[in-house]
Amino acid sequence: MKRRDSLKTITLSSLGLAGLNPQIAAAETLTPPDVKPVKIPGGRQKFEAERDAKLMAEKFFTPQELQTLTVLSDIIIPADSRSGSASQAGVPAFIEFMVKDQPRLQTPFRGGLRWLDNQMVKRYGKKFAECLKAQQIEMVELIAYPEKATPEVSQGVSFFNLMRGFTATGFFTSQMGIKDIGYMGNTPNQWEGPPADVLKQYGLTGNE
Amino acid sequence: MDIPQIKKAPKVYDVAIIGSGAGGGMAAYQLSKAGANVVLLEAGGYYDPADPKYITQLKWPYESPRRGAGTTRAFGDFDAAYGGWEIEGEPYSAVKGTEFHWFRSRMLGGRTNHWGRISLRFGPDDFKRKSMTGIGEDWPLGYDDFAPYYDKVDKLIGVFGSKEGLKNEPDGIFLPPPKPRLHELMLKKAGKNIGIPVIPSRLSILTKTINNERGACFYCAQCGRGCQAYADFSSSSVLCIPAVKTGKVTLINNAMAREVLTDAKTGLSTGVSYVDTVSMTEQTVQAKVVVLAASTCETARLLLNSKSARFPNGLANSSGVVGKYLNDSTGASRGAFIPALMDRKRYNEDGVGGMHVFTPWWLDNSKLDFPRGYHIEYGGGMGMPMYGFGMGIEGLNGKVAGRDGKMKPAGGYGAGLKDDYRRFYGAYIGMAGRGEPVPLESNYCEIDPNTVDKYGIPTLRFNYKWSDAEVKQAKHMQDTFEEIIHALGGMPMGNKPGPENNYGLEAPGKIIHEVGTARMGSDPKNSVLNKYSQAHDVKNLFVVDAAAFPSQGDKNVTWTILANSWRVSDYIIDQVKQKNI
Ligand SMILES: Cc1cc2nc3c(=O)[nH]c(=O)nc-3n(C[C@H](O)[C@H](O)[C@H](O)COP(=O)(O)OP(=O)(O)OC[C@H]3O[C@@H](n4cnc5c(N)ncnc54)[C@H](O)[C@@H]3O)c2cc1C
Ligand code: SF4
Repeated sequence: MKRRDSLKTITLSSLGLAGLNPQIAAAETLTPPDVKPVKIPGGRQKFEAERDAKLMAEKFFTPQELQTLTVLSDIIIPADSRSGSASQAGVPAFIEFMVKDQPRLQTPFRGGLRWLDNQMVKRYGKKFAECLKAQQIEMVELIAYPEKATPEVSQGVSFFNLMRGFTATGFFTSQMGIKDIGYMGNTPNQWEGPPADVLKQYGLTGNE
Repeated sequence: MDIPQIKKAPKVYDVAIIGSGAGGGMAAYQLSKAGANVVLLEAGGYYDPADPKYITQLKWPYESPRRGAGTTRAFGDFDAAYGGWEIEGEPYSAVKGTEFHWFRSRMLGGRTNHWGRISLRFGPDDFKRKSMTGIGEDWPLGYDDFAPYYDKVDKLIGVFGSKEGLKNEPDGIFLPPPKPRLHELMLKKAGKNIGIPVIPSRLSILTKTINNERGACFYCAQCGRGCQAYADFSSSSVLCIPAVKTGKVTLINNAMAREVLTDAKTGLSTGVSYVDTVSMTEQTVQAKVVVLAASTCETARLLLNSKSARFPNGLANSSGVVGKYLNDSTGASRGAFIPALMDRKRYNEDGVGGMHVFTPWWLDNSKLDFPRGYHIEYGGGMGMPMYGFGMGIEGLNGKVAGRDGKMKPAGGYGAGLKDDYRRFYGAYIGMAGRGEPVPLESNYCEIDPNTVDKYGIPTLRFNYKWSDAEVKQAKHMQDTFEEIIHALGGMPMGNKPGPENNYGLEAPGKIIHEVGTARMGSDPKNSVLNKYSQAHDVKNLFVVDAAAFPSQGDKNVTWTILANSWRVSDYIIDQVKQKNI
């Protein structure tokens, strides 16, 4: 099988045998000659590795948009005594990748950022990232509580829900966030049921 | 245009098997061990869960730029399924107003690389639903025909579970089950209070080693990624690779079967024509016996596409039944938040790659308004955070009191929100019903007259609608879920699904237990295969995937595919010895 795999990369026409089977020759011309070989990491299919490399090389958000995402994500998940902030955990870069990976997210993010900047200019004369911290918080207070928010800012509430969700996923799936949440698995072990003190805490015996 | 030139391979194999999943892997293993020269055609590439080239086990979410999201793989970046609901260049369609979703994995081992490992035997009643209820169809076989093969599969592959002595949930030869997780103990206790049994699950995972080729489970909860220790069952690691090692199996990867070839005079199958998907060339193999195992719908597609003057309706289809009686499990689900599980002590709760407890069907359908049962699968625990973690918290954090005992408004931001994520971690439970549908002639797949795939092979068109029987069953599931959630002291999430969305009944195909498109039966007029899964019309043609199943019980079907494939392999060996084929 290994041999078969390596054979796949050698084309018959490159060995000068194209004349033997017209179908093979025809099939080979279907592959564009200028595709750069991408290193395929373990566990990825070739098309996935190529797709990932292509997405990584692209840019979606402008520096100004990224700046706003950074400020917002740190308002949502700030540093505290246990761990760092969202941007320290790489949340803006994660969102940048996701909108390229799933383009349907592009308009909700870009549009939401625009909505926010537009509101800030109307209220304070400046875009979100350039406003004072107190002004930013004043705005966030208006859109961070879906059940209390007024109808005039309903689009802002939707955007903030989206932003809150992606910040949480980005943070808690990072190395820092996993440590913070206290996930202790992903390592070989022997499962023996919940620890005794936990059983006791819940009034269970383990033989329910 | 040149007519594609068909190269004839001179060798005649004893058996050609199409597909290397549960059915094909078992046939390749048994037939090669018996000494047959086998050619195994697999549309996908090679795959070995122990080869670093393919390993995703024990990777962290941040090793994926999308944190495990399912952009290119339906069940996430680390899942061991190469394929999914949609495969580029391999379309399918559905008749307007009907729906079917078709999950395909293109790789050695097929969908058994990432399946849920839930390994249930059908019970005695599951083979005779028609005699019991007047609807559906009986099998031409009974539990007694299968029992010895279930035993053999248990021993060869390994399955954990507990002896319960339930009438229609036959016990097997079990390895010890893993201890329940915390929420699973709570489920057991709650179940006892309301009369719903919650018993150890039955998964094909080695909680103890059974031979030198395979290791024991080290509890990483990631069977869906494929196990590098071979401690769970995948057809690739447990059947196909050992079969190839016998030296009797020629495995041809990237071989997309187009048609089964037949001899115009004798009407017997003579081999298979296929497309080499790498070179895009037409190839053939010749064999004395052809075994179809490309999965339920693909097997129907192959038969219907194998038309000839002698078989104008497709091969083995004099009954016109090929493609009909397609049926998938029903499925409906609900989630809950369990306040008692907030602020949990942290410890490694991974366990095996699946639930440690489940609920088998516990009621009597003759006293209910729907004819078939279902079982319940459970999820929960302090799992690895993945894409989606923490999303939608605004739907919950306004409903539970904070650390200070006071309610706060839903949503929010900042230090308080960050703390909510920590408090809620591991406090969710999910439950999913998986039920038996009534197989109907009106649910079928057929060849789409207008479409071919990128290999030029005509594609499938589905025609599938749930009937009242399944909708009522889903309603019952939803009522049961709420009963369990309340017994747990939990809060059901979202709105209870109602008649407006068929009580949350998943679309046909979504549960990925499709069976029935070339069913066995004693009457050649309304079945495709005899009780040995041998085509009524073509005696050297067999089907060893779930296309052969007249019905599916409320049991996930793979253990029965494995048992049936072994049984049919024994029959093929016997018939060859007797010179009948
Ligand atoms: C997410 C998920 C969870 C599941 N969980 C469970 C569970 O817990 N318990 C259970 O019992 N079942 C479960 N199943 C279902 C289980 O995977 C299937 O029942 C089982 O794999 C079917 O085996 P098979 O041999 O019929 O087909 P497959 O496993 O699908 O294998 C078919 C093989 O044939 C190949 N093939 C297809 N067409 C062609 C062609 N034209 N030419 C050559 N090769 C071809 C395919 O590439 C594939 O490798 C699950 C499925 C999924 C997707
Ligand atoms: S849970 Fe056990 S069997 Fe499953 S992948 Fe992990 S180690 Fe292997």
